[in-house]
Amino acid sequence: MTQTRSLWEHGVKTGIIGGVAVLVIALVGMVESFHRRDIIAEVITMGQVLLLIGGVFIGYIAAKRTGSDESLAPGLNAVIGSSVTGGFLAFLVIVGRLINLRAVLVNASPMLYKLLTLGHKGVAGIFIILLIGMGCGVFAAALFYLPRLTRRVIILSLSSMIIAGVLQDLIRPVIAAWGPVAVVSEWLFTGNGLTVSGSISIVILIAVVMTAWALKGQDIKSGYGNLSGGSQRGIKISAFFMLAVVLLALPHILGLFLSEVLTIVGLYVLLGLGLNIVVGYAGMLDLGYVAFFAIGSYVTAVLTSPELGFFSLTFWQALPFAVVLGIFFGVLLGIPVLKMRGDYLAIATLGFGEIIRILVLSDFLRPWLGGAQGAGKIPKAAIMGYQFITPQQIYYLILAGCILVVFISLRLKGSRLGRAWMAMREDEDVAQAMGINLVATKLLAFATGAGFSALSGAIFASKLGSVYPHSFNVIISINILCLIIVGGMGSIPGVIVGAAALVGLPELLREFAEYRLLVYGAALVAMMILRPEGLWPEVRHKMELHAEEENNIGEPEPSTAT
Amino acid sequence: MFQRWKESITPTDIVMWLIGGTLLLMVIWGSVATLVAGKYTGRHWIDFVIFGLAQGSIYALIATGYTMVYGVLRMINFAHGEVFMSGPYTAYFVAAAMYRSDFLDKHPFTALFVIFVVAMAISTMIAYFLEKIAYRPLRGAPRLIPLITAIGASFFLQYMFRGLYGSGFQAYPVIKIFEGAWVIFGIRILKFQLVVIVAAILLMAALYSFIMLTRAGKAIRAVSEDKEASSLMGINVDGMISTTFIIGGMAAGAAGVLYALMFKQVHFFMGFIPGIKAFTAAVLGGIGNIPGAMLGGIFLGLIESVGPSLFLDGLGIPAPYQLKDAIAFTMLVLVLIFRPMGIMGERLAAKKA
Amino acid sequence: MNSHLGYGFNQQQVEFFNTVIQKGEELMKRILTLFIVLIAVFCLAMPAAAAGKGVVKIKKGEPVHIAYWFVISGPNTSLGMDTVRGIEIAIEDFGKKIKGHPIKLTGEDTGCGPEGGQAAATKIASDPSVVAAIGSNCSSAAKPGVPILWAAGIPSVSPSNTAPYLTDPKRGDGYSGYLRTCHNDTVQGAVAAQFAKDVLKVTSAATIHDGSVYAEQLAQVFAANFKKMGGKITAQEAVSPGDTDMRPVLTSIATGKPGLIYYPIFIAEGGHITRQGKEVSGLEKTKMMGADGIFSPDFYKAAGEAAVGMYHTSPDFSAFPAAYKDFLKKHQEKYGKKPEAPFHAHSYDAAMMILKSIDKVGVAGKDGSLTIDRMKLRDAMYATKGFKGMTGTLNCDKYGDCADPRIAVYETNIDNIKKGEMPTMPIWKPYK
Repeated sequence: MTQTRSLWEHGVKTGIIGGVAVLVIALVGMVESFHRRDIIAEVITMGQVLLLIGGVFIGYIAAKRTGSDESLAPGLNAVIGSSVTGGFLAFLVIVGRLINLRAVLVNASPMLYKLLTLGHKGVAGIFIILLIGMGCGVFAAALFYLPRLTRRVIILSLSSMIIAGVLQDLIRPVIAAWGPVAVVSEWLFTGNGLTVSGSISIVILIAVVMTAWALKGQDIKSGYGNLSGGSQRGIKISAFFMLAVVLLALPHILGLFLSEVLTIVGLYVLLGLGLNIVVGYAGMLDLGYVAFFAIGSYVTAVLTSPELGFFSLTFWQALPFAVVLGIFFGVLLGIPVLKMRGDYLAIATLGFGEIIRILVLSDFLRPWLGGAQGAGKIPKAAIMGYQFITPQQIYYLILAGCILVVFISLRLKGSRLGRAWMAMREDEDVAQAMGINLVATKLLAFATGAGFSALSGAIFASKLGSVYPHSFNVIISINILCLIIVGGMGSIPGVIVGAAALVGLPELLREFAEYRLLVYGAALVAMMILRPEGLWPEVRHKMELHAEEENNIGEPEPSTAT
Repeated sequence: MFQRWKESITPTDIVMWLIGGTLLLMVIWGSVATLVAGKYTGRHWIDFVIFGLAQGSIYALIATGYTMVYGVLRMINFAHGEVFMSGPYTAYFVAAAMYRSDFLDKHPFTALFVIFVVAMAISTMIAYFLEKIAYRPLRGAPRLIPLITAIGASFFLQYMFRGLYGSGFQAYPVIKIFEGAWVIFGIRILKFQLVVIVAAILLMAALYSFIMLTRAGKAIRAVSEDKEASSLMGINVDGMISTTFIIGGMAAGAAGVLYALMFKQVHFFMGFIPGIKAFTAAVLGGIGNIPGAMLGGIFLGLIESVGPSLFLDGLGIPAPYQLKDAIAFTMLVLVLIFRPMGIMGERLAAKKA
Repeated sequence: MNSHLGYGFNQQQVEFFNTVIQKGEELMKRILTLFIVLIAVFCLAMPAAAAGKGVVKIKKGEPVHIAYWFVISGPNTSLGMDTVRGIEIAIEDFGKKIKGHPIKLTGEDTGCGPEGGQAAATKIASDPSVVAAIGSNCSSAAKPGVPILWAAGIPSVSPSNTAPYLTDPKRGDGYSGYLRTCHNDTVQGAVAAQFAKDVLKVTSAATIHDGSVYAEQLAQVFAANFKKMGGKITAQEAVSPGDTDMRPVLTSIATGKPGLIYYPIFIAEGGHITRQGKEVSGLEKTKMMGADGIFSPDFYKAAGEAAVGMYHTSPDFSAFPAAYKDFLKKHQEKYGKKPEAPFHAHSYDAAMMILKSIDKVGVAGKDGSLTIDRMKLRDAMYATKGFKGMTGTLNCDKYGDCADPRIAVYETNIDNIKKGEMPTMPIWKPYK
């Protein structure tokens, strides 16, 4: 008796959780608003894809969690899980047709029901939902029973097709700009979505590449390992140079908008590396980091803007002042919080961030800083007559800044100071006992972080041409903190990856503005639960987090769960 | 003796005191200048204080939830502001329905009771599942990780409710019996402000006695002292943490309804700023300390209401109320300079915050 | 040491090989460095991507692409959606086609801020098929965004940027492709001041802004005009977005005993001030006045019955031509509700102006293509005179101010609140 119960127990449980999740997705309006965009033109829309992915995912999880010896059990659970999820949606449609849910839930529109039932009325529509749910379950079960390699190939090739469909507006102009290759874009895309032939070819292409890599990749890796040290070094050097070439050519390959995204990511990399020193190296939780960004921007504005009319320096003349004043304020604000620990520090720094923003906005300082109207006409940076105006040009300025800051961070990390910071992060009292001067060490961390941030602020002011107090919201501080932790605390490549993921991706999806933060929030939670060490963790930190797992050899991490 | 004293003083301490002293002097100077100018009469000051108390008691109620969670988990529950928002936002629909059917005007107390129950139930549910889904898998992770989860959960909840109920504003119906003002001992006080203050005091007293007097409260205190030890004593640690979230959620839901009665508007973003303010209040009072959170909340409410007029008006600073948050945070820093563990954070000072 | 090189060679030979390898590596490094330097020079020297060709050629059957950049996320969403709907109705009224080509409308979100404005403008500028743009909603987004669009050769018409700076003679070349169909704030602030002084006969007033570009500007203009007319400004206060307890600031204002409080801010804070103004002692007789930012049914929800008797300055809908009634009918049919913000008609006019100008300057080719010179398009729009629009007769001056600035004053009564509808007839207007 208990045996049979446990057979389908996981399916039902997972199905209920999934059903609630899918209900939320439908009721916040995501499905309906994504329905306006086609993935494959006139075949399938983004909204439908979203629901199908949900259904399959739930089925797969149900199968995976079963863990029964019975070979049929996972498949059964997959089908049950997905069907239960479908049942929730069917229930929504039934209830929604009987009473007007719209008075409370604004997105429970007739349009949504029509979409869910594929336009069928009455009982037929309900059956269609259940049927599709079951179909998802069957597909999930099939995926589960397939060998690992095939499964990965299928998932990856399908998801690349979906990504190509979602990002069509970005991919199209990039390909189109490449002269002879432009034909490809016309073949792949129509005005709204992928063409059928295009989507099939993407799937096939990715599948072939994946299979080839899976079959031969190990050989290539071991081949590389067998090469002589000299040749390996040669390959590494040339790879490094290739990277440099790519970095330099990137804005010209990607075009205007993607370069703009790169510059925004770059600014956040600068900020992230600065905060990484304060939080990642020195372990001091700073929630008001945007203050120094604001100081960098405003110092630049005051020194250069003819609108405020105090000075009219060039960008390069103003930059050192911005950085030095940033550092000065870093120390000044650092002193009162020296004795505070943990969350007291967090709230005090958050306070600083807000104080700076409010002061900059205030009528009180308007004669000097421009108040709510901000300060405009900040000159662009220029070197020997070469001006950094367009995103493609500013990119180089920011790239140079990033390289400089990455270099400093790298050197600091291994230095005496860097090790002192990390000792302090692990345990302040022990660090002090070992002879580390806590005051100097802390203040240096604040100063360095503030300097990086002010540099970013100065570039930001020149990039935007005008500064407004509203750009220096507490959300920015929170965002920077999130990106360094999602990237991997204390890790320099982690900051770059984190910035790309948390700043670049949302920027690419600007047209889905309504749901950006919803997904962002959910992704943060999921990320922290599934991969607390971050996307590209620092080696030592990762070892700490996974020490237990390595001791008791469990099953390998599920890497296919996307 | 003097030698030892001299040794323990570092140059940074002196700078710190200088900063603190300067701030303090400015505050005193500003206050004296304002009082000398005589723009405000005694009645104005009394009004400011009452407004501040009413606002502060709401901060205090939210701060209690913050502080309790901090006590047991040592984490900043950034999403607490959203727990606070979810209850009254949902209960709005109940309130609106009762208003339309005239039930609210005929049986105001029953209706209020229903509103409170709905709001507290929803907030409690959100808090419970928040802990279960987002925080429980992270027990024992480094402290920054649950913080990020909390931030993520906060965004998610905000925009989930925006998606569910729409992005517009909704306004709570006016409850007639609470309109107008009473005059008590010659002091005019708005009826619902008094209601809010009294309700907040009652709720906080109930909460405090629950923590101090009941068995479960004792267990929660034990868990916040030492998780391992209390687990060895046979306390269900996870259960107690859940209980804490449930109680925090109830307090937040009640605070939310009081807030909605006072300010009428509800919308998806309404929890964010009170959340940060309550967090500030909790730190001000000494985080993890329940009476401290209450004190911190009231103190913050008073500073926001009285501060701009008292400290800045006399200095001739334009638009002083624009700077009210800056004043509040400056006072926070000032308090933390002289008492790095908050006003009542004595007990925690010995341990590691 | 490379072990497999060691076989059959003696120590010296091995060392020799190693030095050769090392030298080779160094040489390679040098060559690659040189290569990179060359590429760097090349990349920097390359002109910025030739996005702005000036001429858009549309093949047969392909659409004429017009983009909007509005605020479609965050607290000001209703403003953006209102203007989007204005464009959609204009396109339908135009017949959905222009010289045989369909019209394609896409949009980006500015989030009502400078960074968002810059990013949205860049995204539009990067698409060479865009003929013209409509936007932005918020002046702070327009400031960095407009020059980006114009650098790419895209002219932009805004339905709701009211900041004077954007059409100021000193604004700079980057704004040469910018026009607007809504009033300039200098007009609205002046109308409010005149009404207060001449009609309400108040001698003293206080202003409240919320630190936004729009509100601060308007409050300033009002105060300056009111003072010029001999009135007294008792206080110029400010609140912050998200503030709820306005009683302290109102109490502080009450000490000056102003005859009127002008608060040209947004819905949430405006609602709190309106409600709480009734509860603060000393303000019982003070008149309350807002601007077009809170001229919306949502504001009535927020303020409740406390809004009865308050005044608003807003575009004069009663002066709109008869066609406006038709517009409202279409709006109701298409979206199932009335407009939510005051700028839908301006948006309609912006779209119409663009479409008519395209119709004028577009050259149809023999192969069914359509060629549009965007410089000529810009000139055609700047030359607009006597254009009968939804908001009145539009005449563009040489800085792109095209509006027929009819700002009137409205008074709210109890019926408006109960129905949740804005008053339709102004109680006073400064023109005949």
